[in-house]
Formats: sequence, structure tokens, C-alpha cells
Amino acid sequence: MSTTSTPPAPSGAPADATTDQHISPASFARQRVAALREGELGSLPIVVGIIVIAIYFQARNSNFLTAGNFVNLIAQMAAIMIIGTGIVFVLLLGEIDLSVGYVSGMGGVIAALLLEPGKNIPTSVALALALGTGIAIGVLQGFFVARLGVPSFVVTLAGLLGWNGVLLQIIGSSGTIVIQDSLINGIANDYMSAALSWIVAIALVGAYTFQGLSNVFRRRQAGLPNDPWVFVIGRIVVLAIAAIAVVVIADSDRGLPYVTLIMVGSYVIWTFVAERTRFGRHIYAVGGNAEAARRAGINVPAIKIAVFAISGFMAALGGIVLASRLSSVDTSTGGGTILLYSIAAAVIGGTSLFGGRGTIKSAFLGAIVITMIDNGLGLLNVSAGTKYIVTALVLLAAVTLDSLSRRGRVATGRA
Amino acid sequence: MRLVGRSRRPTGPHQSRRERETVSEHLLEVKGAFKHFGAVQALRGANLHVDVGTVMALVGDNGAGKTVLTKSISGIYQLDEGEVLWEGSSVTISGPKDSARLGIEVVYQDLALCDNLDVVENMYLGRETRSSFRRLDEAKMEAETRKVLRDLSVTTLQSVRLPVASMSGGQRQSVAVAKAVLWNSKVVILDEPTAALGVAQTRQVLDLTRRLATQGLAVILISHNMSDVFEVADYITVLRLGQTVAEFKRTETTQREVVEAITAGQLSSVPGMEGVVA
Repeated sequence: MSTTSTPPAPSGAPADATTDQHISPASFARQRVAALREGELGSLPIVVGIIVIAIYFQARNSNFLTAGNFVNLIAQMAAIMIIGTGIVFVLLLGEIDLSVGYVSGMGGVIAALLLEPGKNIPTSVALALALGTGIAIGVLQGFFVARLGVPSFVVTLAGLLGWNGVLLQIIGSSGTIVIQDSLINGIANDYMSAALSWIVAIALVGAYTFQGLSNVFRRRQAGLPNDPWVFVIGRIVVLAIAAIAVVVIADSDRGLPYVTLIMVGSYVIWTFVAERTRFGRHIYAVGGNAEAARRAGINVPAIKIAVFAISGFMAALGGIVLASRLSSVDTSTGGGTILLYSIAAAVIGGTSLFGGRGTIKSAFLGAIVITMIDNGLGLLNVSAGTKYIVTALVLLAAVTLDSLSRRGRVATGRA
Repeated sequence: MRLVGRSRRPTGPHQSRRERETVSEHLLEVKGAFKHFGAVQALRGANLHVDVGTVMALVGDNGAGKTVLTKSISGIYQLDEGEVLWEGSSVTISGPKDSARLGIEVVYQDLALCDNLDVVENMYLGRETRSSFRRLDEAKMEAETRKVLRDLSVTTLQSVRLPVASMSGGQRQSVAVAKAVLWNSKVVILDEPTAALGVAQTRQVLDLTRRLATQGLAVILISHNMSDVFEVADYITVLRLGQTVAEFKRTETTQREVVEAITAGQLSSVPGMEGVVA
């Protein structure tokens, strides 16, 4: 008799879970549909949203779905996705980080200041110091939240004000610093060769395939049922097609900007950390039930401080990308929409504000949506006011969906 | 890297052999326990013992000292006075780690599960198994989880990969109990496991409690519910005002007798109280 897993096959013959090597595609699909009904929406709404947005803007302006604009979109979404990744970790704890806008400004400004001509500081040192500043700020804010018990909303609100002030102080009277370092400027403004793009795409698909197949192998060894082959192979094929499409389309224009490497790298590394390591598991546990985590022997304050450090690091990294795009920093660096767009990206992508639920993928998907709206409305020549209103409505819709699906889960759970 | 719980053996430095005082060796025995919090004397000479393969119900009115006594066993409190014997030899339990090392696990009333994590993730929380490159060894953890649940005949879970938020109270309680068993424990303390459950779910948990004993564990069941106690317990220990006032064998007593002991209906059976109350 099956003890835990798959519902019995339609024939009624209860299959022993340990002898079933692969779940039948039909019952796998049924499980997925059941999960959807229970409010585990996953990435479905957002993928539908991206398609709808793309069709709408293409219908209004035929320049939207062109290779040139595609490359623009990648460069525009980079900073939002990178900073949003840090936000995902903070939201997983059920906390918030409102300081990431100006912390990103700190990252960009410190890198720009250190690399001013005549200072002769190596680029690597300047980058390390800029990123280190982000980590230090995160640890400081995390300390107040985790050890002193100050609500993260207040700590990072103080950060929002405070780091803005620090920025104004250190930029001083000069107003604008032009970046002349070719490496920094190249991040967002130079393009990878076709060969390098293909190597990255092949490495990515190869790593995913290896990971997927070794997972099947390990589960088989342990006598556990696997997803049907159709889905295991299907996921790999979908990723391969997407990677090929991205490289082909981008190469038909200027190619992929170097910042793509940072995006892919942070996506892969942070997904690994969140889903495959003990540290990542403990972040989810703390966000789900901090008391249970504490009783399980998890050092809750240490996890929180580490997460704020990640948020600070990713903010500084995003700030360097932003500075690279503009090839300069000024007194407004880190302000404007970057903070709210980054938080909105994580939330629109499906990471819950209530803690414990979310994925790194949500920062990526959410950044696509936000950037498409921003870029598309720009092509339509609408005012900044309209842009904000539309973005606000999308954000509100995403959070409403999260709350409703949460209610769906409660309704079906706790029988 | 931490070792998997299965390889843990209760061979701590805290086990110093002493001369055998009792002829019959219990797995766990507490003798003459005293504990006070400020002016409040919570325990004044409580005794209990539990044996392999049996369910011992610890009953008593509110404030009788059930929780203090079990928390002393699990290392949350330290006794002022009294002796804890593990397999006949005296041991010192000065923290939760000591009791875990001996093989004592507590399933608290408020469960301590993370709703957003699935069954496997909850079972291994804080003690995850890892493979190369510091990766979590999901396959091994899932296989082990399935095995433990199968051994305990917990068959109502649809999948061990669903978040526990989607489960019923009985299923969650089963997961919490299985979590305790996973760690090769010898004594499992269940604190009011059926308090918040409906009829069918209470049934599930009581069956599970019985199976724990059948598998050779010693179970301490804290409960207010006499019908639950009489259904699963082999022995019943009654606490009142911090003292052990009666020990019954279930087959040789009645609910009435136990309730009388709890409520002091029959004062003659209370040591030290014979002449006190008129």
C-alpha cells in the first residue's frame, strides 16, 4: 500500500511508492492541477502577464518586439533584478529592506569616487570596497533588527534617509562624477561576442541538464519516485529553446551586454544557496516559524543578519550596474524609482510579503514585467505620471493575487 | 559535517555507573524530584519511571507539576534535588542537548513545525543531511522520512513534499511525532497530543502513540483526557501538588480511582497529607 506519495493510479491498483520509478504523466499533471486549485500558483500568473503585456505593447508600437529593444530591456532590467534578488531574501524572512535604493547609490558612488583619475586605485579594489560597503551596511541594519529587535521597517527607513544624507555629503559640491574606468562602463554598455554568448548559453543548459539528471539518478538510487520523463526532459528543452532564442535575437542586434553574466551568475548562485543549502533552508524556516526554527537549534539572529548582508551586497552590486549604465553618478543616484521597482519586482514575481514563500526566480520574472511596462510606456510617449499609475496597478494586482491565493490555501488546508 | 541522527548513541560522558540500587531497572526513572521557583514549590518529591515498550500516562490537575517534571527530564529545567536514572545508572541532564543525546525527545503541544516547509524539510530541520559541495541530500532525507512514516503506519499523508500548512491537525501531530522518532529516540514525551483534535484525528494520534510503544519506545503521555489515557496507557502516574500520589496499572484500576487520586477525593492515599486536612 502506498504510504505517502502518489495518489493511486486510475485503475485503482495502489502502487507502492518505492517501486514506482516514475509517476505517470497523467497523475503528475493531476497533482499540478490540484496544487493550482489550492493556491500554489507558482509562476503561471506572471508568465501569462508577460505574454499579455508583450502583445499589448507590440500592438500599440511595432518597435516593442524588436531585437534592438530586446537588448535594451536586458540592460534596463539588470539593476532591478539584481537588487530585487536581495529583496527576495529579506521578504523570505518576513522582513523588509527600504534602504536598498540609497545603498545601491552608495555602491555606485564609492566605486566612482575611488576610480577618479589620478587616484590610481585598481578597479578590483574599488569594486571590492564598494561591495564591502554594501555588506557592512547590511550587517549593521541586520544587527539592529536581529539583536536589538527594532522592526526592519523602521531600521531600513532610517537607512533610506541616512544613506541618502551620507551620499549627499560625500558627493559634496561636485554634483556629478563621470566614470572613466572602461571596465565599469563596459558592464552595461559593452556587448559580449557571439562566441562568448554561446559558451554561456551552453554552459547554463549543460549545468541544468546535469543537475536534473543527477537528481533523477539520486532519487532512483534512493528508491524514490521521479517526475515523468516527459517533464524532466521537457523542462530542459524549454530552457534550451529560451537560451538559444535569447542569444540569436540579441546577436541579430548588438549582442548581449556583459551585465547578462552578472544576472545569470547571481540567479544561479543565489538559487543554489536558497534551495540546495542548509543556510537557505534555514532562511525559509525562520520566515515560516521563527520559534520552531529556534527550537530546531537554528541561530535565528545570525540568519537574519546574514540575509540583510546579502541584501546590502546585492544592492551595492545593482548600484554599480546602474552607475555603469549612466557612466556617471550624481546627487540623485540611488533615488527615484529603483527602490520601489526592486521591491515590486520581487513581489510581482510571486514572493510573499508574509515571509517563508518565494523564489529567486520571482525577482527575475518581476523585473521583466516592470521593465516591459516602463519601456513599453516610454515607447508610447506617455507621461511619467501614467507610468507610475500603471506600475502601481500591476503591483496591486500581484499583491492581491498573493493574498487571495493565500486565502485559497487556508480554505483548502486544515481540513 | 554532522552525523545523521541514526548513528547517535546515548553514550555521553554524563553516564557514570553507580551501584545498582534497584533490582528492576527502568529505562528512565526519576526519584524524589524537588524543584522550586522562588517561593513556589513546584515539585516536592515526585517520582516516575517508564519502561521500554510501554506507554506511561502522566496525569494530574493544572499546576500538579506535570510540565515541570517533564521539562526537567528534557533539560529545560534543572532539578533542585532528586535523581535521574537512565538504564539504572545516574545521569545529569543539564540541558536539552544532554537529553537529546540520551534519546529523549519532546513533542510540544504547540508542535514547532514550520507551515511553509514540507514534511521532509520539517523532519530534518536543523539537522539536515548533506552530500558533496555542501548540498542538501534531499533524496536521502526523503527516503528516510518515508521509511519512518511507513514504520509508524502514518498512511494519511498525500505527499511528503507538500507544505504542512495544507495538512489536518492529526496529520501535523503525526509529523511532529515522527520527527521525534526519526532521531533514534528511546523516550518520547507527548505533551497533550490530542488537545486540539477532532474525533477521527484523535484516533489517528492515539493509534500512533500505541505503535510507538509497540516499536520498543518508552512513551510518556501527558493528558487530561481520561478516556484517552485508559485507551493507550499501560501505566498511570498521578501527580498532585508536586508529589507522585499514585501509580496504577491500567488493567487494575478504574477511571474513578484515577480521578479520585487527581482530585484528592481519597486523602488517605496522599503521603504526608493524612492528618492535615480534616
